[in-house]
Amino acid sequence: MSMTIDEKKAQNAALIEEVLKAYPEKTAKKRAKHLNVHEEGKPDCGVKSNIKSLPGVMTIRGCAYAGSKGVVWGPIKDMIHISHGPVGCGQYSWAARRNYYIGVTGVDTFVTMQFTSDFQEKDIVFGGDKKLEVIMDEIQDLFPLNKGITVQSECPIGLIGDDIEAVSKKKSKQYDGHTIVPVRCEGFRGVSQSLGHHIANDAIRDWVFDKTEDKRPDFVSTPYDVAIIGDYNIGGDAWSSRILLEEMGLRVIAQWSGDGTIAELENTPKAKLNVLHCYRSMNYISRHMEEKYGVPWVEYNFFGPTKIEESLREIAAHFDDTIKANAEKVIAKYKPLMQAVIDKYRPRLEGKKVMLFVGGLRPRHVIGAYEDLGMEVVGTGYEFGHNDDYQRTTHYVKDGTLIYDDVTGHEFEKFVEKVKPDLVGSGIKEKYVFQKMGVPFRQMHSWDYSGPYHGYDGFAIFARDMDMAISSPIWGLSKTPWKK
Amino acid sequence: MAKLRQIAFYGKGGIGKSTTSQNTLAALSDLGQKILIVGCDPKADSTRLILHAKAQDTILSLAAEAGSVEDLELEDVMKIGYKDIRCVESGGPEPGVGCAGRGVITSINFLEENGAYDGVDYVSYDVLGDVVCGGFAMPIRENKAQEIYIVMSGEMMAMYAANNISKGILKYANSGGVRLGGLVCNERQTDKELELAESLAKMLGSRLIHFVPRDNIVQHAELRRMTVLEYAPDSKQAGEYRTLAEKIHANAGNGTIPTPITMDQLEDLLMEHGIMKQIDESQVGKKATEVA
Repeated sequence: MSMTIDEKKAQNAALIEEVLKAYPEKTAKKRAKHLNVHEEGKPDCGVKSNIKSLPGVMTIRGCAYAGSKGVVWGPIKDMIHISHGPVGCGQYSWAARRNYYIGVTGVDTFVTMQFTSDFQEKDIVFGGDKKLEVIMDEIQDLFPLNKGITVQSECPIGLIGDDIEAVSKKKSKQYDGHTIVPVRCEGFRGVSQSLGHHIANDAIRDWVFDKTEDKRPDFVSTPYDVAIIGDYNIGGDAWSSRILLEEMGLRVIAQWSGDGTIAELENTPKAKLNVLHCYRSMNYISRHMEEKYGVPWVEYNFFGPTKIEESLREIAAHFDDTIKANAEKVIAKYKPLMQAVIDKYRPRLEGKKVMLFVGGLRPRHVIGAYEDLGMEVVGTGYEFGHNDDYQRTTHYVKDGTLIYDDVTGHEFEKFVEKVKPDLVGSGIKEKYVFQKMGVPFRQMHSWDYSGPYHGYDGFAIFARDMDMAISSPIWGLSKTPWKK
Repeated sequence: MAKLRQIAFYGKGGIGKSTTSQNTLAALSDLGQKILIVGCDPKADSTRLILHAKAQDTILSLAAEAGSVEDLELEDVMKIGYKDIRCVESGGPEPGVGCAGRGVITSINFLEENGAYDGVDYVSYDVLGDVVCGGFAMPIRENKAQEIYIVMSGEMMAMYAANNISKGILKYANSGGVRLGGLVCNERQTDKELELAESLAKMLGSRLIHFVPRDNIVQHAELRRMTVLEYAPDSKQAGEYRTLAEKIHANAGNGTIPTPITMDQLEDLLMEHGIMKQIDESQVGKKATEVA
């Protein structure tokens, strides 16, 4: 507890050395570049990122298909997303990432349904384009209220050279300009799901924006139109964010892409400001809208009252005094509620140490929420972050924090074993490893089937969940009985 | 019954693989050998001369109709032609779509699993043009063809292809035991063709099995969708194919692991035989008008 910052840094550096010892020389040399102890004042966290994972290690990453189908496109509720290729990819991504939505599933919304071309050997040999046409016809017959179709390419599509663009164009023409988007997100492309986000963003640019200009001339703008970008509404996150923007007097014209619709996507270039939550997965389209349509964008963070306050003020700064005044009103309104949450949980959570390993924006964004509860994040890392993520992370992490990029199974286990945090926040694959080690754990991708965690409402749930994980009496019973 | 011999014909596209192989196999069958031809080309024309018709019912087209290859019976795909030679064609997609290589793999697995090789003395694979991907290398992998015969000519690109195919054989030679049976030169009447073919064979660590002279009678037979052996059994050309067949029949176990050469060595070979002049580096990339 009374360790100085230099002692802590030395200890973490020694820990990295120790962890690397298990690897062959070449692997150790490469992995060393992904592990570091954060030095305050540096422009980034001092780790290499967005590099191919090494053979033999257990990486936590996904693939380009996961990034496109699972993250960006999947939550768009009134479109049907075809997993094009053999059945496995679609089967295992069925039901999405708890991207909540409103609608009648199977009638006008389709998020939790699974559509796949279920490739057989003959489709590989003779090509799957004919089957794809049949599927699109069936979709139009069976689900006439669908507002569009996307083709999410699995690996074999790129190998056999299926011309999904030609099929999409042909069918779009046949169905009176129906939006049909081919997405070249074959899993073997790139080093992680990150390239899938980028490909999916580009597909929106090329097949939604560029194809649908003036599709909605009836859209009436207001000076307060904003679009929420990069919130996938996991457990209702976008909803608990949206209400704050609306309370400020802004009009949310689109949600990208949790509970979102194709019409919202099409309208977004008419927004006055794009508010960007997940920078990693949607900075591409935000930059594009800024360049082409002159829509500015601002990053925000709705985890925990401190960051929410900062973000509300920053968003309001893009608007007039009415909105700025409203932001203050919103902040003031929720302050006592948040204080009550903190008063309840902080005494139990004060000083608890947390280690994180997540994707997207969370390895940095949630740090503020933990700190609001008096907790300390002592280690963090990104599954598929790039250097600009690690630059942004410097605003969040403390001096001496352990940083691990694309952490391997071995490294993460060793780090947790030695650092002995009070809580680990990561994904389902990691959960049971750490719980069996007797370490409290919360899934920070799916919120462990809880949520929302965004916004003021979300913080109350976040605080309860973290307390529930750490303060559960189960941990007192988990000691090995034959060891004194 | 003698041990099953599995052979395959490879070579540059248009070199006369299918013609040479069908004539040779017809001659082998005249020697009393029971033969199965497996066409591994989406064009499905490896058995046309034996069957007097282009095979319509390929394994892959029937499988696509039936749903999957598991729904097929051997009788559906096997046709009987000249002298009871059994013929199957793998078939495949039209040019530009799908994956023909995967089709070859599927077809060969189907034939093996369904006992297509039972009761024959020879299985012969006729594979398209070049070894473009893993699928077309299927016949040279483990437990498939033991002897590869490369059909070539005195043309530079045919020799280049022969060398490339040798590389493919070398890749699988140690893991699976495939060997280069030898080269078959299908005469194009280029300069010093026989010499060149013999030299190339030597450099590849193999030998020229036979030099098949050019004869228009092959063309006449082909127009009638027949082998020369059937069309004009007493012709000189039929005799050439018979000789080739006898040589192949006597060649069991004589295959070698090829020693592929570099492009430079190949060019040296042509220069050695005076086909190509010493390359003047200053002339490389110059148009005829510029040179003049």
